[in-house]
Amino acid sequence: MGNYLIYTDPTKCTACHACEIACKAKNQVPAGATLGKIVVMGPKLINGQPRMSSLFIPCFHCEDAWCLNACPVGAIRKRSQDGLVYILRELCVGCKSCILACPWHIPQWDAAAGKAMKCDLCMDRIDAGLEPACVAVCPTDALHFGEPAELSQRSREQYGLSLLGRSQTRYGH
Amino acid sequence: MKKTIYTLCFMCSVRCPIAVVVEDDEVVSIEGNPHVPAMKGGVCPKGAAAMGWINDPQRVRAPMIRTGPRGSGQWKTVSWDAALDYTAERCKDIFAKYGSKTAVYCERVNLVTDLSKTFMKAIGSPNYFSHDTVCKGSINTACRSLIGYTDAQINADWGNARHVVLYGRNLFESMEVKSVNALLDAMEKGAKLTYIDPRVSITAAKSNRYLMIRPGTDLALNYALMHVIIREHHFYDVKYVDRWVEGFDALSAFVNPYTPEWAEAETGIPAAEIVQLAKELNEAKPAVIFHYGYRGSGHPNEIYLRRSIMMLNALMGSIESKGGVFIKKGPKDAGLSGGIRKFSDQSFPKMPDGRRFDGCGQEKFPIADPAHGVGAMFAPAVLKEDPYPLKVLFAFRYDPLYSLTDYQQTLRAFEKLDLIVSCDINFGGTTSRADVILPESFFLERSDPLQMAAGLKPAINRRVACIKPRFDTRPMWWILKQLAERLGVGSYFPYETIEDIWNYQLADLGIPLDRFEKKGFVSLSEKPILWDREKGIAFKTPSGKIEFVSSLLESHGFPSLPSYEPLETPPDRFRLIVGRCVAHTNVMTQNNPYLHELVPENTLWIHERRAAALGIQDLDLVEIASAVGTGRLKAFVTDLIHPEAVFMLHGFGHQEMESKRSYQRGVADAMLQEALVDPVGGSPAFDHTLVSVKRV
Repeated sequence: MGNYLIYTDPTKCTACHACEIACKAKNQVPAGATLGKIVVMGPKLINGQPRMSSLFIPCFHCEDAWCLNACPVGAIRKRSQDGLVYILRELCVGCKSCILACPWHIPQWDAAAGKAMKCDLCMDRIDAGLEPACVAVCPTDALHFGEPAELSQRSREQYGLSLLGRSQTRYGH
Repeated sequence: MKKTIYTLCFMCSVRCPIAVVVEDDEVVSIEGNPHVPAMKGGVCPKGAAAMGWINDPQRVRAPMIRTGPRGSGQWKTVSWDAALDYTAERCKDIFAKYGSKTAVYCERVNLVTDLSKTFMKAIGSPNYFSHDTVCKGSINTACRSLIGYTDAQINADWGNARHVVLYGRNLFESMEVKSVNALLDAMEKGAKLTYIDPRVSITAAKSNRYLMIRPGTDLALNYALMHVIIREHHFYDVKYVDRWVEGFDALSAFVNPYTPEWAEAETGIPAAEIVQLAKELNEAKPAVIFHYGYRGSGHPNEIYLRRSIMMLNALMGSIESKGGVFIKKGPKDAGLSGGIRKFSDQSFPKMPDGRRFDGCGQEKFPIADPAHGVGAMFAPAVLKEDPYPLKVLFAFRYDPLYSLTDYQQTLRAFEKLDLIVSCDINFGGTTSRADVILPESFFLERSDPLQMAAGLKPAINRRVACIKPRFDTRPMWWILKQLAERLGVGSYFPYETIEDIWNYQLADLGIPLDRFEKKGFVSLSEKPILWDREKGIAFKTPSGKIEFVSSLLESHGFPSLPSYEPLETPPDRFRLIVGRCVAHTNVMTQNNPYLHELVPENTLWIHERRAAALGIQDLDLVEIASAVGTGRLKAFVTDLIHPEAVFMLHGFGHQEMESKRSYQRGVADAMLQEALVDPVGGSPAFDHTLVSVKRV
């Protein structure tokens, strides 16, 4: 995901799908297409107790991106500063190669425009110092946006503390 | 140039505080108001989907007068003057014949409600009802019978709770964002959530303990919980009960026969589970919330279920305790001398005939709340002309056709009306059958009267226009004044602009308007206001206590503690239960482009064992039939619902062709629900109808 990662906290996610709708509203995504997708498992009964889990799947912004490599007209670009992979709409000829090439078929089809579109992690928002629309809108803070190291650090710390059964306190340093 | 405007959402009635970023009169984003920490910067999917309605060509785009038969979709677009003149002239003619009491006004309670009531008082009709009565009239009556406050005057201190018990209160899908976050944070700190529902909702999946109860038997569970708490283990808060409860001994004697073993047979919940729950609640008390419900309109004995829930709170000592249920505080509690001034408090001429269409506060429903009425009586009153002919309906941002039980009965009532005036932002069932439509501007396009938000920390909130209206629409406060002027009662609407309204409202508080600019609201108290649990709780009952034996009930001939009556579902039938999902608000949002895409239609949830016996497979088209109607929709075959119940989402099955996305998608629950009502509390009984199901 370029230099970034979106992490889903399934205990906080209520599967409300605000992330998908804010993404669609912000990026003017047509009906039927979804740039960022919240995948929800359940609820299902496990020994009488319902359980659910969820995972948000935007574009992964691969280091060696299949879509970019497949685009015959060079419409898919990668930003040098942070590795975000995006489509230059003016150059897209609508061949759909990117959709086919992506192992997860993440690029979407805009039928009215006859062009592909994809998640660029709202790079205009990132450049303005904001989080992507999906993360910002999440009403329960179930989505976290940041750099992989920082998110990993935080998640491991939270998990460790939950095993220890206490919340974090500050200690010196 | 981008600017951020703090305002109030109105995609549902919660009215979350939001931050709207606007650039060149276009909305760039809608997020939570950052000055309200519990919003966590977010909004729910409905709030996010507001963007989809701004430029939607399927909205009502101008005032319209019907040109063909009702519901035919034939309209002429007219000017505001023409629409208002037409409405007023028709009203005058009809009022001349039947008197102005022939007008019924219904709405979803909103920031203009004070002006709606002013309008009705000014024209001289007592016939106002709000959606609140249909949704939760019985909770209102139950709360008043116990503590003297309505359910709207209390709230739950979710963030400090240690154990929360919800009876089908689908908190995580109704998505009151602040409450959801407060509860999630409490759960992260170890609070437990027990969720009771015949159906697995998202809230069930978030709970620590889910109890799949037999439909309609929650009262049996509560009587057994009381039995365990009072008689078996003395788990109740003795000091609190001694100080604040009236009628404890009567309850103690009353619950004697209702053992957990008895309740197991009735509810299907193991007796040991009931005892274990009581034990855990005892450990957590008084930071316990038995939530009294947001919608409370399931069964004809609804008021007694809601009373039992509040009595459990009282037994745990949780009313007016940190982490429990609290009484909302207003400006006076915050040390201010006055509150928000109301237009409806002006002096009006006495009505010549005070009899209401619904008999609310009168003979038919003596203890239901006249501030909201009994909406369930609308169609019967029109059809029987009881107590007199009703000929005019103002349906303002409310759709009684899909919101009340028995759609066909409401439709027959519509046929007897001489004039239907609807105010809406899109075409709903009532709007599409109206004679004239006076379209309100969308909430992002209008400023509204201020909201007094009572609470632990009372505040005044403001909705302010973020963008210019996209179509020929107006705010409701303007529409009402225009109508009132044409009916000769304009003097009760002493304003020209929204600033005039705000200044009128704030006259006794001395808060300058510019104080709303910074955060969108003005806090009246920095600290939460909780009354002293030993001496300072101002219950508003005649005894000043929590009345298990209720003077309100008993003085009107209703019992306080009625015996439990078993609810049987014949083996070849199902109890139809209904509810909501996170994507939709009642019957209003099904045609929103984004929300339609998220949840386009409802399905019929049916237990896999019952489905197998009927030869029904997942996604099969099935027919559901009740005594009043039928419908066809897809089956969702699952183990996530009690075998005695079938479930469908409320609000689908729209028949209005102007709303092209939602047109004929799914089935309207109103088409199937029988016109049953709680005769004491005033709610309809939406979950009581028996249905049969077959494969098509």
